This record gives sequence, C-alpha cells and structure tokens, in this order.
Amino acid sequence: MFAEAQSIVAEDEKKHGSGPWVGAALPRKEEDRLLRGRGKFADDIKLREMLYLRFVRSPYAHARIVSVDTSAAEALPGVVCAITGKEIVAQTQPFIQIGPDQAQKIRDFPMAVGKVLYQGEPVAAVVAESSSLADDAAELVQVEYEPLEPVVEVEQALTDRSILHEEAGTNRVWNGVWEYGDVERAFKEAAYVVDIDRLHFHRFSSTPLENNVVIAEWNPKDDRIYYWCNNSFPAFAIQFLAAHLGIHIDKIRVQTFDIGGSFGIKITSYPQMAVCALASKKAGGRPIKWVETRSEHMVSSAHGNERTFRNTRVALDKNGVITAIDSRHIDDCGAYPRYEPLGCVIWSQVFCGVYRFKNARIDFWQAVTNKCPVGPNRGYSRMQHLWFLERVVDICAHEIGIAPDTMRLRNYIRPEEFPYTTPNGCVYDSGNYPKMLEVAKYLIGWDDWKKKQAEARKEGRMLGIGIGTTLDSGTNNFGQSQIINPYAPFSGNSQGANCKLDIYGEVVVAVGSCPQGQGHETTAAQVVADVLNIHPDLITVRTGFDTERNVHTGMSGTYASQFAVSGLSAVHGAAQKLKTEMKRLAAFILGTKEDDLEFGVGQQGPEIKAKSSGKSINYWGLANIVNVNSAVLPPELYDVTLNCRYVWRAPFKVPDTKTKYGSLTLTYASQLHIAIVEVDRETFVPKILDYVAVDDCGTVINPPIVEGQVYGATAHGIGAALMETCVYDAVGNMLTSTFSDYTPITSMNIPKIKYGHTTTPSPHSYSGAKGMGEGGAAPVHTISAALQDALFSQGIFIDDSFNNADSIFRSLKHREGGQLAQLVKLEKRS
Amino acid sequence: MPETATVEKIAVKININVNGKLYARQVEPRMLLVEFLREACDLTGTHVGCDTTYCGACTVLMNGLAVKSCTMFAVQADGSEITTVEGLEKDGKLHPIQKAFGDSYGLQCGYCTPGLMLSTHQLLSGNPEPSEKEIRKAIAGNTCRCTGYMNIFKAIELAGRNMKGA
Repeated sequence: MFAEAQSIVAEDEKKHGSGPWVGAALPRKEEDRLLRGRGKFADDIKLREMLYLRFVRSPYAHARIVSVDTSAAEALPGVVCAITGKEIVAQTQPFIQIGPDQAQKIRDFPMAVGKVLYQGEPVAAVVAESSSLADDAAELVQVEYEPLEPVVEVEQALTDRSILHEEAGTNRVWNGVWEYGDVERAFKEAAYVVDIDRLHFHRFSSTPLENNVVIAEWNPKDDRIYYWCNNSFPAFAIQFLAAHLGIHIDKIRVQTFDIGGSFGIKITSYPQMAVCALASKKAGGRPIKWVETRSEHMVSSAHGNERTFRNTRVALDKNGVITAIDSRHIDDCGAYPRYEPLGCVIWSQVFCGVYRFKNARIDFWQAVTNKCPVGPNRGYSRMQHLWFLERVVDICAHEIGIAPDTMRLRNYIRPEEFPYTTPNGCVYDSGNYPKMLEVAKYLIGWDDWKKKQAEARKEGRMLGIGIGTTLDSGTNNFGQSQIINPYAPFSGNSQGANCKLDIYGEVVVAVGSCPQGQGHETTAAQVVADVLNIHPDLITVRTGFDTERNVHTGMSGTYASQFAVSGLSAVHGAAQKLKTEMKRLAAFILGTKEDDLEFGVGQQGPEIKAKSSGKSINYWGLANIVNVNSAVLPPELYDVTLNCRYVWRAPFKVPDTKTKYGSLTLTYASQLHIAIVEVDRETFVPKILDYVAVDDCGTVINPPIVEGQVYGATAHGIGAALMETCVYDAVGNMLTSTFSDYTPITSMNIPKIKYGHTTTPSPHSYSGAKGMGEGGAAPVHTISAALQDALFSQGIFIDDSFNNADSIFRSLKHREGGQLAQLVKLEKRS
Repeated sequence: MPETATVEKIAVKININVNGKLYARQVEPRMLLVEFLREACDLTGTHVGCDTTYCGACTVLMNGLAVKSCTMFAVQADGSEITTVEGLEKDGKLHPIQKAFGDSYGLQCGYCTPGLMLSTHQLLSGNPEPSEKEIRKAIAGNTCRCTGYMNIFKAIELAGRNMKGA
C-alpha cells in the first residue's frame, strides 16, 4: 500500500557525496529521545520559583485604549504583578524598524500603547504563581476601548483614509520599482498582450504544532537575561532585544532545545520575549513562563504575507514565449512591519521564476492593515511571486490556446544556460526543469490522464491537470536589505560551527543553527564522519542553540533553506580545521610526516595511524596531550587546541541598491509538481485524484530526510491551496482562531504523494548541495493550475491562491449570473 | 467596576495509574488530564498543540483506548489506567510502534509523535493489518505539520507487520 508508493530516483543519482556517509540514508540521531518521549521542548522546562504569564488581548482590530485597570487582577491572591503598555514604553526603546523614511517613524512596542492595531494585540499581562491563576487574573483586567475605523483590505489601506501609525502619517510602508530590459519595446513588438486585472495570494500560516513558548529570567544578581525558549532565529532576536531593552547583547543568553516546528513563524517571537523579561524584572527576577495557546497563536503570532497583484500586462511572441511582464504588487504586512519590509525584496531572489523573460517592470508596494503582523512563513515572499508567475504562464497558455506543458517548455530557462543570470543579477546555480517535467509526467502517467480527462470532459466532468514549477532559493545575501533601506547594516551571510576533541577525546560538534525537525544533528555528524573517517555514532552534535556556545554569528538560526549550504559548510570547515590540527599533533607524536598519516578506527577507538611504522595514537591520546599533559608539547604546537571554531561566509557582494541588481541567493533548489484535480459537479468539492512531487536540491546529504522535507512542504502547500486560510471579517475579527476553524490538513485530506528526484549539483557549495526545505509552495501553484484546467471551459480564471468548494461554487454562480468581472483580456496582434 | 476577586480552591483526591505506577494526588477539579500528566507526574512526553481536541498531540491511552488528555479533566480519569509515550518501551527496548516510526522516518520535529504512536497503538491492538482507509481514519485526529503523513502511513503499516510477526 504505502510502502509500495511509487518513487523514482534516477539510477545514476542514487549515491551522492564524496565520502561514505554524506549521501547515505543514515537513521536520524534525534530519533531515540523523541520516540521515547524524552525530547526536551521549551514547555517541558520547570524552574524553581517559576511564575506564569498570561496576556490580555484586544477584542478590537482598531481602537483607542481609554483605560486599563489591573487592580482587581493584582488583588487576586497568588498574583504577583501586572504589566501594561505604559510601563513598557517608560522602560524601553521602540523595536528597530528595518524600513526607510516614514517606516522608520513607526513606534513598535511589544504591547499596545494608546491604540490597538489588530485583534489579539496584547494590552496587558498578568503574572501569577500558577498558569490557571494567571488565566483567572487576566479575566479581571478591565480595558475600555473606543473603536476606530478598521482597515482590513490592503488597497483600502493605501488610501490613508484611516491611518494606523499616526507618527508615520501613512499606511504605506515601502514602495520601489524593479525595471529591466526594454519593457515598452517588448509590448510594441508583442504578438499577444494579456491583461490580468487582479490576482490575490491569501494569508495562511504553517502553524507549527508546538506554539511559542518563552521562559525568561532577568536575574538581579548578575543583571543578565536568561531565555529558555523556542525562537528559531535567536541571533536576530537578541539584536532586537538588546536595543529594545537597553542591555549589552552579551548579557542576553538564549537557549533553545527541541523545537516543535517553526516553518519561519517562530522567528517573530521576540516581542513576547521582551515582555517576559520585563515581567521577570518586575517580579524581582523570578523566572517567567509564557506558553502561547493555539488561539493566541492564530490571532497574534505571525501569518504569511498576503499579496495582491494588480494590472498585470504580459507581452508574448507568436509562440507564446513571454517577452515582458509589467505589474503592480501590493503586500499586506499586517499591523506592524517587524521583520518586514524585507518581504518587499526577498521575492526578487526569484524575479523571473524558472522562466527566461528579460524585460519586466514590477512596481512593489507594502502597507499596514489592522490584521496580525506577518512574518516569514515557509516559502517566505518568494512563493507569492512564484505563484503569480505560474498563474501568468497558465492563464496566458489557456487564453492563447497552448498546452500548459508546451507553454512551460517554451519559457523555461534551458539546462545549458546554467549558471543563469536573471535580469536583476541573481545567479541560478544549476537546474534542469525539462527533465523534472519529464520525470513528473512519467510518475503521474501523463498520457493516461490526458485520455481519462478527455473522457471525463465528454461526460461533463470538471477534471484538470496542473503543473507547478517552483524555486526554493537558499542562503540569502542580507545585502538585499539595503535595497529596502540603504542604511541597513546587513550584507552577506555567515554561519558558525565548532568541532573539538573533548578532554577524553570525544568528538563534539556545535553549530549556530536552530533546528526544528530538519535533522541537523544527523547531517552534521555525516559531514564530520567523512572528514575524520569514523562512524557518525562516534560524533556528538549538540542539540539546539545556545549563545554561550560562542559558535553563532549574527545570522545564525534556522530559516531560508540554507543549512545544507551555510550550516554544513561551517561544520565542514570546523572539522577540516580540527583535522589539520590533529595531523600536526599526530605527526609530532608518531615521529612522521603528515602525509604518512591515516585517519580511521583502531582497536582503541578512533585514531590516527602512521602508514610507514604502523604506530598509532587514538583520540584520547591526542586530547590528553593538548588538555592535561601539555608539557609534552613543543612550543611550535602551542597553537593547537583541538577546539576549532570556523565561520563560513557566503561569497556575496552588496547589491547595487539603485538598479536593484546583484546576487541575492547562493543556491536554487527546484520542485516540479503535477496534480490531477476534479471538481465535484454536485458539491463543488475539489478532490485530488493523483499527485506527484519531483525535487532537485543538488547533492543530497541524507535522502530520506530530503524526501521527508518534500512531503512536509507538499502537505503545507496542499493545505494552503484547499483548506487553510486566515479569514478576517469586514471589521477585522479573525474568524479562524482555532484549529477547528483553520483546519490544518489531516491524514484524511492528504493524497498519496508520488515522489521523484533529480540532481543537478550546485557549483556554489562545497558539496554540491542546495538548501531546501521551504519547498517554494509548489502545491499552491499546481492546484491553482489544475483547477484552471478544470474550470477554464466554464469561463473561470483562477485568480486566488485559495480555492475550496465555496469559492468555486460562487465563481460558477457569478459566471452563470453574468456577475463575474472580466479578469483577463487577450489582445491578438498577429 | 471590576468584579470582586474570589477564587475558591477546592482540592479533590484522585488515584491514577500511569504506566503501571500509582499516582495519588490532590488536584483542583479544573486540572486537565494533560496538566496532571505533565505537571503532577512530570511526564512531559505528552504535548499540547491546539487546546481543542483537533490535533491530538495530547493523545494518551485510557484503559487501552486513545483519548485526548487536553479536553478531559484529571478527576474524570480517577481510578483509570493511563499509558503515555513513556510507557511504551519495555525494559529500555523500543515498542515495535516506536521502532517503526524511527525506521520509516515517520517523525521530524517529534512533537506530534507521542500522540500519533498512541493512536496507532489503539488501531493495531485490534487490527494488525489495517487497510489504507483504516490507517487514515485512525489518525484523523492527530495533526502532523512536518511529515505530510506519508512516512507516518508507512510507519503504521510496518509496525502492524512487526507486531504480527512478534
């Protein structure tokens, strides 16, 4: 049944990598503790004297706060203190704003001050001896509001009729134009011009199963803040927190442990981290625990970026090859920009998607609305743009009458064109999209489905076949932030790792990443095992993140599909450094030359052997000399510590901020999916009848881990396409604040996914690997395309990334009633 | 005017057998079973994901049947036998379900895994050769956000085969 689920791995691609371990299907080192229920998640941690914090949140999307009265809550026995926005303002600086000009004026605190800007925004917090007492106390806080006009739609926000951040004077956060080639000329010479009035990419969140958790202790004895939490980009969080709290960055210690998923969402938990620290200070330094409820997570954690595409014009030649795109894109970032407006540039890592067009003008806008702030969510900012491009390709194909697969083949960047420089200067390292299409067609049984589709159509059934091609750009150049704000002090990318022999010779690895299920302990061990020629079981990789391991850089964390490149390059570098030191030391001890040495495992464990004499020294011996027996060492070996920190840096330059030109990402993994979707004629429920996912992430470190990431990203995408959407009503009430309303995809809804894999090694990484994991939301593109194919004959264009029975029914009814606005216009000139 | 704050503290004595060990505790009537397991018994393998019975991260076995411990009071479990993920292994040896989940890469972050394995336990106890539909139904109340379920399906099939063979 499932075990026989079809999968294809081209024969020549079964084994990757240079050593026996990189490329092997090694079981995960993380498994044993997680299977036994011995994982350590942030909520599992209990500290002496620990208190519990509960937020009081706004029921309004936009309102003035008239008064906050915490007296009744504070009078409750067992309540230690309450804290309000007013107190926070008095003690802190507003959070750093990344945006330029008027966006710099936005005053963002971790709690509402004067006004609330989205439903669920914290207005106060109470701290009590138990979590249930904190719940009771929160209910006793009295807040009086004076409702203001809510701004729910982004295009309405741009009118500035009701302004959220009065200090900024506008709802506009950012605007910039990307223009390359000769757009006017391309339109003049076009054989076809297609106009698409409006496309919309919906708001959703990958909703990690573990909610945000923060334990903070602001210790009065050493005036340091200790965090035990599940933030997934701690090196970024401490930069925000230190400036906000006015504390030396080294005084903040952040530790993470096992993390129950993040998908980017947990990057933005730093405001709650700030409140917990301030509450701890107020409570005399006792540790404070905040465990987010699911509903809090849904209304106030972070959602993915919602984007509207307006007035898109596409120029094509007589063969359907796209020659230019001209479009206006508007991002809705919710109430506070926070990590934004980085999303305003991150999409341009995949400016032309997988396509060859050279002329384009994208006018990009971002505005605030009275909704939950957005944050990086699996496929961050690129998936919206890639979906847009896939819609453009698909709509044009249908409108002109070219088969969608032919249309793609005519427009794909060709295999021989790699490395390919995009119009905005990004360098796609490698890829072979036609081959991926071929593998995907084979796995789905393309010709068979075409026949079945023809039969189905004869019977009047609505059955569609959709292709979605996507990119998962990884290891980003932070210099792109300077395209947003030339004063942003960020560029390049780095990751740190440490590899050492401990005092008894144990190999111990620490890395600045912050994994949430991606198997970093396993893959890091595979890399080191190949360097030292030992079994991965002999290598300990530290779990989680800790600022005090001193391995992190300012960019350390787990985000943006990069561990296989930045993380493992750092681990590889540290292991190489250690190996070099071990060689120098062993050559001295064994009285031989370095090139006479062999790494391996002998009777006394891992060792280095002199090939000429057969003499060897094991790791214990080497570590002993360096750590506790150093009188043996000659002075020229005093620099040998067997404790090697290495920082890997991506070879980036700062992009040209005026022309918005430069290399923005190092690797470009790709995925190509095909879906067969049928819309039921009675219920209008779209049902997936067959599904294939093909991925290419270059050299694979651990194939089953990669396969698992593909399945996971596919499930998120299918959920997002058909089930998962953050719904707000006209006044900004969030209607999907529980899982029962939001309905994350379950075992009942997921189709059987056929998996295929192709490999084009990256010339940009030491191992040929590309970062992967986000997946580029291929199913969202693919299912939109399949529905397009199913419904085109009914006169329907798929203009939204979210489609369910309800929306399909409405479209069909509107079409019947003649109320459907004309979305697409085709001008044929030849 | 704020209401007057009065919270009555009532404690109820309960006895729950968890993984073969008797826990006799005084608890507030409103204490959830999952809180009892995590706080009073210090068994943190049982997790909370949604608070509303959707996700099943809190699934445990109560007298052999899978229940969601986040929407059940501890007092309702008085006198019962509970099995949590910590009770699956025997003498340090993994249960065939645990082993199958590991062998099939049926977990990533591992947060949903304890609940999934206990739902699997209920399924396979009566039916070691479940059909695809039965597998899907048995874990319909267990959300996994990492794996896309594919490897979980494989793990459950494998566990069934191994348990039948054992």
